[in-house]
Amino acid sequence: MLQDRYKLAYKVYPYERSADQDKPDAVRHPVVIVGGGPIGIATAIDLGQQGIATLVLDDHEGIGMGSRAICFAKRCLEVADRYGCGEPMLHKGVVWNLGKVFHKDDKVFEFNLLPEQGHKYPAFINLQQPYFEKYMVDRLRALQAEGAPVEIRGKNRVDALEVKDDHVVLDVMTPDGPYKVEADWLIACDGASSPLRTMLGHEFTGKVFQDSFLIADIKMKGDLKFPTERWFWFEPSHGQGASTLLHKQPDDVWRVDFQIGWDVDRKEEMKEENIRRRLDAFLGKVDYEMVWSSIYTFQCKRMDSFRHGRVFFAGDAAHQVSPFGARGANSGMQDVDNLGWKLGLVIQGKAPERLLDSYSEERIFGADENILNSTRSTDFITPKSEISKIFRDAVLSLAGKATFARPLVNSGRLSVPCVYDGLSLNGPDALAGGPARTRVGAPMVDAPVDGAWLLEKLGGRFQLMTIDADAPETLDVDGIAVTRLALSAKGNPELAERYLGEARSAVYLMRPDQHVAARWDQFDADAVRDAVNTATGRT
Amino acid sequence: MGTLNTEPNIARPDDFYARLLAAHEGKSKAESDAINARLVLILSNHIGDAEVLDQALTLAAQS
Ligand SMILES: Cc1cc2nc3c(=O)[nH]c(=O)nc-3n(C[C@H](O)[C@H](O)[C@H](O)COP(=O)(O)OP(=O)(O)OC[C@H]3O[C@@H](n4cnc5c(N)ncnc54)[C@H](O)[C@@H]3O)c2cc1C
Repeated sequence: MLQDRYKLAYKVYPYERSADQDKPDAVRHPVVIVGGGPIGIATAIDLGQQGIATLVLDDHEGIGMGSRAICFAKRCLEVADRYGCGEPMLHKGVVWNLGKVFHKDDKVFEFNLLPEQGHKYPAFINLQQPYFEKYMVDRLRALQAEGAPVEIRGKNRVDALEVKDDHVVLDVMTPDGPYKVEADWLIACDGASSPLRTMLGHEFTGKVFQDSFLIADIKMKGDLKFPTERWFWFEPSHGQGASTLLHKQPDDVWRVDFQIGWDVDRKEEMKEENIRRRLDAFLGKVDYEMVWSSIYTFQCKRMDSFRHGRVFFAGDAAHQVSPFGARGANSGMQDVDNLGWKLGLVIQGKAPERLLDSYSEERIFGADENILNSTRSTDFITPKSEISKIFRDAVLSLAGKATFARPLVNSGRLSVPCVYDGLSLNGPDALAGGPARTRVGAPMVDAPVDGAWLLEKLGGRFQLMTIDADAPETLDVDGIAVTRLALSAKGNPELAERYLGEARSAVYLMRPDQHVAARWDQFDADAVRDAVNTATGRT
Repeated sequence: MGTLNTEPNIARPDDFYARLLAAHEGKSKAESDAINARLVLILSNHIGDAEVLDQALTLAAQS
């Protein structure tokens, strides 16, 4: 009846009978999240931090085994930081900067990411997904202990739903049988094959790639260790895959990823002896233990809209990308970051429901950028036609001799957050000479300020960041309090470079998700009011 | 932003043409394809200007 579909790494939300199950009528909850994967848990933290009662239903009793995601990018970690769980991730994660690209076993070139200094978080870390999820569940538990109205129910599978005008009714299956739950708002975070999407009959369209990849996470025994670098082979001559990736994770675990083609016998390939045969051909004589392995195929798809009345879709349920470029969980975290404050304002009656449409507008914009990037990486790694392979190989053969060809080598592009250029919540960009990277719509760029990190001072509410400019300490915009963060460029060169550019002073209006809503060189109360109203869908 | 030069611009056209063919002499089809692809990439990078490259791609795609 309730069969587990995967093994658990951490049984962190075992089934407990809920009082709801004994009530004659379905109990109504303000927000129900379906799916306790990374995106569902992050959503619960966001809403929980705002004091909004939130219930998570998951059909398992904890976090799945097997790493899946290993690369967590800067913006994702910054979002996690705002949720109070970024630091353990950073602490456990592996930071790497050196990458090497091989073609047919010759090293073509190597690159150093040379990260910009003055950020709390690096460009990304490698971390097994179960750790990532565990730190978030730990944080959710801590919030609960502090009295936040959040709850997770394990082994609660949603089997059907009925969408009404102002609420949703769910049929939930448990080991004790079925019961019903009602939700004012429902957030579907039920993964790439989203049963909720199917139940509601929404389309999920895009491209399926005719290829499959075999992943093996291995733990090295003995002294031999590979360096903390990312190695990518195109057409390795060991012949064990059309491309191969080797990447380090914490706990001396390495991820090996073989591209093995479309017409494979999955069952045969998944046999340990066959995986070992590939690994041995690739690694030579080394001793290792297999931690986890899996075969995956992938697609780049998204829904036409991420909001359907009272139902939202977030994470893999809303969009799916190929793993090249690590944009899955990373972009899902940005969905949550975007939806959380908007839903919070609407539930508190401070913004009209219309604001919620901007969630779909902004995150579809983000999803399209991710899909574009990951499709391009895929086309390079697995060329689809004879001529695309000819060009791919031409790039690789030139990259060793001529540096111009190196930027064309695409073995996955770093996941960077999108800038909501030209979208409806944006206010004026009226800072003459202001840097492009912190323009309206952009996520804020971190910087050291007065011995702390800028991003730690921002987020979770509307704020005015003033740099050498005057402004009142707080401003009430029809129930939305805008508080000031007063900074000076003096002694903060990174702040000046990242936020002033050519300007001498600046006033930034920041959204709760740390995106820039508007910017000016001086404070003007009417302009700020207008911009807050625009950013909250009131005008 | 530039404009693609479609006027004659190569001083000794017969010499150039002969060298282009010489680069492919004795090569298999696959080797020749690879040379052409590398050449396109090298020249494209040399041009750099996205507008010029777009005009060149459009012209090339007309048959
Ligand atoms: C090989 C591989 C490598 C990857 N590498 C990266 C990477 O490096 N970086 C990155 O950012 N991303 C990566 N990803 C993507 C990343 O794993 C996903 O984007 C991420 O797990 C999505 O999280 P989610 O919460 O949306 O969905 P999921 O993690 O799929 O969680 C969905 C949850 O919903 C539950 N559920 C499903 N149906 C129901 C139901 N009916 N009722 C109740 N609960 C239900 C499921 O049990 C599950 O717990 C990779 C993916 C793969 C396959």
